[in-house]
Amino acid sequence: MTARAAALLASVVAAVGLAACASTIEIPLETPIQAKIDTSPFQRVLVAGFIAGGSEEVDANLEMVRLLRSQLRTKSNLRVIEADVIPLTDVAAQQPPADGGAPGAAAPAPTVDPKTLPKQIKDEKDLDAYDYVFANAGYWKKLGEEFQSPLIVTGTVLFTPYARSGFVQREHETVDAYGRRSVEPYRAYMDRKGFILRPKFVFIDGRTGAILNSEVFREEVLYNPNQDTPALSSYFELMDRLIPGFLGTLTSQKIRGTRVLLK
Amino acid sequence: MRTTIASALLVLALSAPTALAGGPRSAAQSQVQFGIEVAQRGLWKEALYRWEKAVELDPTYPAAYNNLAVAYEHEGMFEKARKAYDKAIELDPKNASIRQNYEYFKEINDRASRRTPR
Repeated sequence: MTARAAALLASVVAAVGLAACASTIEIPLETPIQAKIDTSPFQRVLVAGFIAGGSEEVDANLEMVRLLRSQLRTKSNLRVIEADVIPLTDVAAQQPPADGGAPGAAAPAPTVDPKTLPKQIKDEKDLDAYDYVFANAGYWKKLGEEFQSPLIVTGTVLFTPYARSGFVQREHETVDAYGRRSVEPYRAYMDRKGFILRPKFVFIDGRTGAILNSEVFREEVLYNPNQDTPALSSYFELMDRLIPGFLGTLTSQKIRGTRVLLK
Repeated sequence: MRTTIASALLVLALSAPTALAGGPRSAAQSQVQFGIEVAQRGLWKEALYRWEKAVELDPTYPAAYNNLAVAYEHEGMFEKARKAYDKAIELDPKNASIRQNYEYFKEINDRASRRTPR
């Protein structure tokens, strides 16, 4: 037995001995999550545009497209098409899709009277009225043909102000006569305000116009009344939380965490 | 790495007679212990094999099911992981570590299987 092998054996024996002392062992774990869409038929991705509503302080359509494109550029193998952002709300209102037409379409688009569409999108119900747009395979297929049949990313996004009152857990720090610090929790009633971000991502096959997948996310953030956080900052804060979920649809990911092993 | 495995196998071999003498739980504990050692060295497939052995040897050993579930998670085998966690909780419902692992797993599993109707 070489000295190295002996040392290794000793380390294993020592490790076994040490581990024997504890009944739980925390271990880092990387959990693989497969992509939900097979993007192998596509070389390019077009983040087309979103039907946006809610706060007027943020152009949710433009900001969503910009952010998704920049994320896809660095975190996917697809080539991101740089095209003008489609004002999808206007497209839907001015040219309501007539039918689903294309072969392979997921569902024919229902006929919608543009006059019935809400003028201002304030809530989820208003957004739902526009859902027919995504089922119009003919429209998306035609758009796909313009850009060499990419994977198309579109959907809806609602970014709305939000307020909630209630008890929250706070911490009070005190320093005694000897300079020792202590933190005590207490409950306080507060009026807090913030934002809700609720995007629905729709993934469309640019070759057929058919929907491949759609996912709804919802995140909210609340601030203390004395905090004056700009709407755009909140928007990005919430998008930061959603991006891994969005990317998980297109690319395989590894989630890092820890687990406890038992003896 | 090969030397490490060989050394660890030697340790296991040396402890095997004692383990076998102590019944199925003792034998399963040796497999679980060895599985932990190799998992800590990143050899998850070997760990998975050891913990599968452990539940075969002692199907009432919650720690073996817990560790097996963790290994399945590592391999992306979520359905098997869920079943193993369920079994571990069934055998030891008050074990906080198993429950904590399961909560983390559910979070990831929900994310992986999350789909909304079109």
